[in-house]
Amino acid sequence: MSENVIKIDQEIGREKGDLTTKKNGQVLLQTEQLDKKFGGLIAVNHFDLKVSRGQISSLIGPNGAGKTTVFNVVTGIYRADGGKVIFKGENLAGKKPHEIVRSGIARTFQNIRLFPNMTCLENVMAGQHCRSCEGMINSLFQTHKQHMEEVKIRKCAEDRLKQVNLWQYRDELAKNIAYGNQRMLEISRALASNPDLLILDEPSSGLNDKETEDLMKFLKGIIQDHLTILLIEHDMNVVMGISDWVSVMDEGKKIAEGLPEQIYTNPQVIEAYLGREEDEEDE
Amino acid sequence: MKLNQDSGKQKGISNRWLIWLVAIVFLILPFLINDYWVDVLFYFGNYALLGLSLNIVLGEVGLFDLGHMGFVAIGAYTTAILNTMFGIPIIILLPISALAAGAFAWLVCSPIIHLRGDYLCIVTIGMGEIIRLTLNNNPFGITGGPNGVFGIDFPSLGNLFVIDDSVKFYYYIWVIVGLTIIGLVNLQRSRIGRAWNYIREDEIAAESTGIDVRYYKLLAFILGAGLAGISGNIFASKLMIVSPESFSFMESCLLFCIVLIGGMGSIPGVIIGSAAISLFPEVFRPFAQSRMLIFGVAMIVMMVFRPGGIWPRKRGSSELQLLHMKVGKEVE
Repeated sequence: MSENVIKIDQEIGREKGDLTTKKNGQVLLQTEQLDKKFGGLIAVNHFDLKVSRGQISSLIGPNGAGKTTVFNVVTGIYRADGGKVIFKGENLAGKKPHEIVRSGIARTFQNIRLFPNMTCLENVMAGQHCRSCEGMINSLFQTHKQHMEEVKIRKCAEDRLKQVNLWQYRDELAKNIAYGNQRMLEISRALASNPDLLILDEPSSGLNDKETEDLMKFLKGIIQDHLTILLIEHDMNVVMGISDWVSVMDEGKKIAEGLPEQIYTNPQVIEAYLGREEDEEDE
Repeated sequence: MKLNQDSGKQKGISNRWLIWLVAIVFLILPFLINDYWVDVLFYFGNYALLGLSLNIVLGEVGLFDLGHMGFVAIGAYTTAILNTMFGIPIIILLPISALAAGAFAWLVCSPIIHLRGDYLCIVTIGMGEIIRLTLNNNPFGITGGPNGVFGIDFPSLGNLFVIDDSVKFYYYIWVIVGLTIIGLVNLQRSRIGRAWNYIREDEIAAESTGIDVRYYKLLAFILGAGLAGISGNIFASKLMIVSPESFSFMESCLLFCIVLIGGMGSIPGVIIGSAAISLFPEVFRPFAQSRMLIFGVAMIVMMVFRPGGIWPRKRGSSELQLLHMKVGKEVE
């Protein structure tokens, strides 16, 4: 699978200068003192997060901790009330979602958001939109240039769809395929924009054990190639199984971060998840 | 895969035959019917053009626009005023009306483009009504108030070629409808058409997949208004008079019905929808008073049994088949 990924990225031709500067362990995404309020509710409170290049970082925390809000601020759906989001050394605050995608962050949603009445192939082609440029006039007259770009878009979508083993469903409407496949299709659509950072919001929710296993293998596979993953996850097996780094969030604040093993035994984390005193023994 | 391509090719061929058949029927039709029916078919063509223009906004992007006749009015009055005051030929005013309506759409829609669903709907109703009432009140004495502007020329190229009778108007409108269809089909098959559909399907997902939602929504409005402006130009030169009552809210509703009856985002659907709207009342004219009742009942029945429209757009193999085949060829 990973061979496939490398091949695709070579074909697409990422910026060459970028490849040489890419060293694992470098900070790719960083939030500094991020704030987000909804009316009187402080959803994210002076939140710091670091995501290192080439790693799988996880963000965990109890329900309502503000994890998805952080994601929405990073991807530009919400505007931050304070603080910075720095991606590849550039402040993303105030940028629009489509500009952020173009700069190299792709995401998926907690409750799958596909384009239900369009085919799987068209869904994945959406990812290439920000990497193509043909405008109105060329599209109206179907010029040769426009056609070549369409072919390129379609070829890329084909590769991405084959990568998640959904090529046989290319002409099915996205709403008609199985739930597990819809999840993979969404990831495939995100990958089709050739991102540097892939943000996954609870990718394993609603999947059975086997599908979760496959997903973990898949994520480990794609990480081999200059891709960085940030995920929110509730399934501790997934978090502990594939994360290189874990940050824990509660009530809008970061309460701990570290290697998965460290987090597993951190008393603060256990408290946030399970509560204090005798509740702990029940578990 | 191979089998799939073959069946696609066959389907493509049969579709092509169908298109040629329809084109030939349209070509010889005026010789078989009287002038009255040629005129009815002209209005059918005009509704088809309007339906196609609204289809960009409502069908492709899913924006509820109930003030579309406002754009037509801008096109028609631009033509009428410039023609009667300065004597500029109608043909030259055709692109100018389109530009005027498009520019107007850009101006008016820029601040409201972020509104969703029913809110946008209400604002567009307001916009359409404001245009109509403004024209009615004769600003600067150029719109002629409720009487409108009259004495508009026929479209002509010098003295060589004048479109002055029903049959010529019939060909004129249907050539323009044909060209519009070709352009819109091309757009549907491009990244722009797909971007519009992504926005209709899920705006937030489209935004976070890298689509500039605001830009594409505005583009749809401007393009739709531009086409509406062209339709307004033809309408003005056909009737030789424009008056505010032609651009009422009811007309906008009729256009809305065309797209809904035909099938949102489906070009053949829109043509059928406009046929239903323009031909149905004529065919049932003998029933006099009760024909609108029959029309209403027919619409209700249709919406119950075919909620997706008469000819909904089919996605899937046929849509991308062409590209499949082309890709196959180039790869080999």
